[in-house]
Amino acid sequence: MNLTAREKSKKGKQKMSRMEKRFFRIGLLFVSPWIIGFLCFQIFPICSALYYSFTDYNVFQPAKWVGLKNYIQLFKNDLFYKSLQNTLYVTVIGLPLGLVVSLSLATLLNQQAKGLRVFRTLFYLPTVVPVVASAMLFLWVLNPEYGLLNNLLSLLGIKGPSWLSDPNYTKLSLLIMDVWRCGQTMIIFLSALKAVPPSLYEAAQLDGAGPVKRFFKITLPYISPTIQFNMIMGLIGYFQYFTQAFVFASVSQQQQTITGGPKNSLLFYSLYLYQQGFSYLKMGYASAMAIILFVIVMIVSFFALRISEKRVNYDVE
Amino acid sequence: MEDTGKSEFISPKLRKGIQKFFVYFLLALFSFLFFVPFYWMVTTAIKDPNKIFASTPQWIPNPAHWENFSEIFRRMPLFTYIKNTLVVAVLPVIGQMLAAPMIAYSLTKIPWKGSKYIFPLILATMMVPWQVTQVPLYSTWSKLGLINTFVPLCLPAFFGAPYYIYLMRQFVKGLPDSVIEAARIDGAGEFRILYTLVYPMCKPVITTIMVLVFISGWNDLNGPLLYLQDSAKYTLSIGLQMFLTSARQEWDLLMTASTMFTIPLVVIFFLAQKQFIGGISTTSGLK
Repeated sequence: MNLTAREKSKKGKQKMSRMEKRFFRIGLLFVSPWIIGFLCFQIFPICSALYYSFTDYNVFQPAKWVGLKNYIQLFKNDLFYKSLQNTLYVTVIGLPLGLVVSLSLATLLNQQAKGLRVFRTLFYLPTVVPVVASAMLFLWVLNPEYGLLNNLLSLLGIKGPSWLSDPNYTKLSLLIMDVWRCGQTMIIFLSALKAVPPSLYEAAQLDGAGPVKRFFKITLPYISPTIQFNMIMGLIGYFQYFTQAFVFASVSQQQQTITGGPKNSLLFYSLYLYQQGFSYLKMGYASAMAIILFVIVMIVSFFALRISEKRVNYDVE
Repeated sequence: MEDTGKSEFISPKLRKGIQKFFVYFLLALFSFLFFVPFYWMVTTAIKDPNKIFASTPQWIPNPAHWENFSEIFRRMPLFTYIKNTLVVAVLPVIGQMLAAPMIAYSLTKIPWKGSKYIFPLILATMMVPWQVTQVPLYSTWSKLGLINTFVPLCLPAFFGAPYYIYLMRQFVKGLPDSVIEAARIDGAGEFRILYTLVYPMCKPVITTIMVLVFISGWNDLNGPLLYLQDSAKYTLSIGLQMFLTSARQEWDLLMTASTMFTIPLVVIFFLAQKQFIGGISTTSGLK
C-alpha cells in the first residue's frame, strides 16, 4: 500500500482511476457540511476576532483601528489577571478532583456486587439535572444558614463556612457542584475499565500483586487513552467555564453590572469576556481577550497532548 | 493456594467478606451523597414555606404543597418558555442527525484521500472554546438581522459539531466493511448505503447523540442569553435565571421550578438509558 502510494507521488500527478475519482467526489460531498461549518463558524470568526482585537468596535458602528490599545489595556488590567487566576484555580483543582472521583466511582461500579445498575443510575442522575437548575439547587444546599450541607456538618460538630459569600469558598462551592455532576466522565471510565481483559488481572494475582498494585500496574496503563480523553475534555470544559459561575455570581451581587461574585472570586475568563463584550459592548476589547484565550488554549492543548502522548499506552489495544 | 502479604491470618473467605462489605459500604455512602441533593430539590419543591427555614432539616414534606407546581405557571409564562426551549433543543437534534452520520461515514467508510487530513482538524476544533468565536459571530448574525431569532442557536447544528462527529466516527469505524462493500458491488449508491444500512446499524450511538444534543439545547444559557432579547423568546434557562433574581429566598418555588425544568430530562434519560449509556461507552480515546 505504502509503496504504491509513494510510486504514485513520484510519478507526479497521475490521473486517478474513475473509481477513485467517484469516491473522492462523494467523500468530499459528504464532509462538505463540516467544511462549510468550519469556514463559517470557525475560520472566519477567528480571523475576524483577530481583526476586531485591533479596533474599537460596538457592533452598531464600523470598527475603528486602534492598533495594540486593547492588548495594552488588558495587560494593565487587574481584573484580567484576576479572571485568568480564577480560571486557573478551578482547572488546577477541579480537573484532577473530577478525574479522581469519577474514576473511583467507576472502579467501585466495576466490582462484583448486586444492584450495580441502580447505583450507576444514582451516580449518573445529577448529570441529567440542567446546569441552571443544579446551580440553583446548590445555591440552596450551600446556603450558609439554612442549607443542607451546613446543617449536616453541624450534626458532625463542624461549623460550615459561608460557601457563597466568603471569597475563599465560592470557587470551592462551584467545584462541589461539578464533582456532583461527574457522571458522564464516570460512564466513560467505566466502559474503559470493563474493556480490560480479566486474564491480565488473573496473571498478576498469581504473581502475588495486591489490588492496589494491580490498579496502578495494569488498570491505569490500560485505560490511559481514556484518561487522556477525559482530561482533554475536562480542560476544554474549564476553559469555557460559564453557566454555573454566571448563576452563582448573579445571586451574590445583584446590583452591580460586573457580576464577579464576592470580591470577584467568581470572575472567570469567559464571564469577564462576556461582560466586556455584551454588557459594555466593548467588542474590540472582548476580541482581544478571545484571541489571548485562543492562544492559551492552543499552547495548553499542544502540551497536554504532547505530555500525555508519551505516557498514553496505545499498544495494549 | 498462596495468599498475599499482610492478610495471612485471615481466611480467604473472611477477606472476601470484608472486601464485599467495603464495596457495599462505599456504594451506599456515595449513593447517599449523590442522591441527597437531588432528593432535597424535589422535596423542597413541595415544602411548606415555614418549614424551609427550620433549624433541623425536614426530610419528608408535611404538609405537601403540590399546588406549588401550578403556582409556578402563574409566576412565569412557562408554556412560552417550554415552547421556545423545545425549538432550540429539537432543531439542533435534527441538524446533528443529518450532518454527523454523513460526515462520519465519509471519514471512515469512503476510501478517499481527504479523510485522513480532516479528522485531525475536527479534533482540533473541538479544543476551541466557543467564547473565542462569540463576538464575531454575534456581529455577523446582527448584520444579517437575525438577533432575537432562533436561527443563531439552531442553524450551526446542521453543519455538524466536532464532538458528535467524533462520537459517530468512533462507532461507524467499527462497522463491518464487508457489508458496505457488498452493497456497493450490488450497485447501491452511497446515499442509499448511508440511509438504509449505516443509520440502522448506528442506533445506539444515534440515540446517544440525540439525547446529548437535546440536553445541551435544553441546558444552554450562554447562547439564549446572547441572542434572545425579547422575553417572548426566552427559554427555560433564561426564564429560570430571571426567576432566581426576582424570587430570591422563595426557595420552595425556586426548587419547584428547578424540578419542573429537570423532569423532562429525567424521563428522557430513563427511556433511553440503556442505549444512551452504551453509546457513550464507544468513547475510549482520541484515536
